Amino acid sequence: MSLDAARLALTRDLHLAFRKRGQLVQPLAFFAIVTVLFPLSSSPELAQLRRVAPGALWVGALLASLLALEFLFRDDAYDGTLEQYALSGRSLTGLVFAKTAAHWLLTGLPLSLMAPLAALSLGAPPRSVPGILAAVGVGSVALSLIGSVGAALTLGIKRSGALLSLLTLPLSLPVLIFGARATELAIHGASLLAPLELLAALAVLALTLAPLAAAAAVRISLE
Amino acid sequence: MPEQGLQVENLHVWRGERHVLRGVHFALAPGACLEVSGANGAGKTSLLRTLCGLTYPEEGRVLWDGQDVRGDLAAFHRLLAYLGHEPPLKADLSARENLRYWIGIRRRIRAADLDAALARVGASPWCERLVRTLSAGQRRRVALAGLALLAVPLWLLDEPTTHLDAQGQVLVGELIGEQLARGGMVVAAVHHELSGSVGELRRLELPG
Repeated sequence: MSLDAARLALTRDLHLAFRKRGQLVQPLAFFAIVTVLFPLSSSPELAQLRRVAPGALWVGALLASLLALEFLFRDDAYDGTLEQYALSGRSLTGLVFAKTAAHWLLTGLPLSLMAPLAALSLGAPPRSVPGILAAVGVGSVALSLIGSVGAALTLGIKRSGALLSLLTLPLSLPVLIFGARATELAIHGASLLAPLELLAALAVLALTLAPLAAAAAVRISLE
Repeated sequence: MPEQGLQVENLHVWRGERHVLRGVHFALAPGACLEVSGANGAGKTSLLRTLCGLTYPEEGRVLWDGQDVRGDLAAFHRLLAYLGHEPPLKADLSARENLRYWIGIRRRIRAADLDAALARVGASPWCERLVRTLSAGQRRRVALAGLALLAVPLWLLDEPTTHLDAQGQVLVGELIGEQLARGGMVVAAVHHELSGSVGELRRLELPG
């Protein structure tokens, strides 16, 4: 029954996001702008561009996912939905996880699909596309989950953006480092299995701990 | 044989430096309604939030059928419905969609029951409109429909008649009457006395 509830919460968030598409486009547009501006502002030489591509890609993806995080719980906290979730008698962890999953589907997944295109514009060879897709896909799962804890912790605070970044960025750094490394290896046509496995391990770790921590933080913010 | 229903023992709640609830004490048996009154800031909302377990009391206990509700909070939550100041509705969903998600997360509901509940509160003509286009009173009516749909024994209502017209206030009285007749219980924080409630009505005045 808690599973049904979580599924319904997921559907609900997707339904709502479909009603306000403007909010969805914002982080994606930010990501596109950052990765397009990079080649313009640095040397157009291909070798040079390829060297900065992984960094540009991942810093862009990290900041874009941070931008989207502010919306994760905010509206639901304002209109009392989170309160009703906490009082539903269903697992709050499940419901918070459903919200995070919806958030990933709406920002992490589109970001992952955009990342190979952005990489191509930064001079990455076409053969690197599957590797980059996998790296950003797995990495964005970890970023969404880590971010859900930060978003839940800063729920009661007005203008929480700065604090949210301060809390989330240090925890996201391993994702940034291994993600950029995987992207670099993919661009050079080498095997990216090692950093990709580390990314996957981070995602699994976040998957097990983050929903519990986020649900506890939501409960505290409702007090 | 433990007492049936809701018992509250010596509840003390602090909000920061303020001692909001000072030893609140009452018992509510099935079929009874408690009207909680008091000046603004007397702690009516704090009392309701403490009863449903959103706020932890510094001292005292809330008991359900003689058992401390802290023992299994989720089970207690399945028995209660809490309506705060603002109806928990999404502005970008219609009234009907809102109820389908809000109530659906707690229990399975059939479309027919949903229609009946919406008709009961007079929401049928506008239940497909987005909530952002509804007036405050209409939103309150949608929340009341949700309350009836939850079919739980304990209602905790914060100012249930706010924004409602005369008919709406009568409707609240009727819904509470039906809840009591089913053997349910209601704790309502009010500024004005509820109209038309039947069953046992008790009053609790919180000192300011």
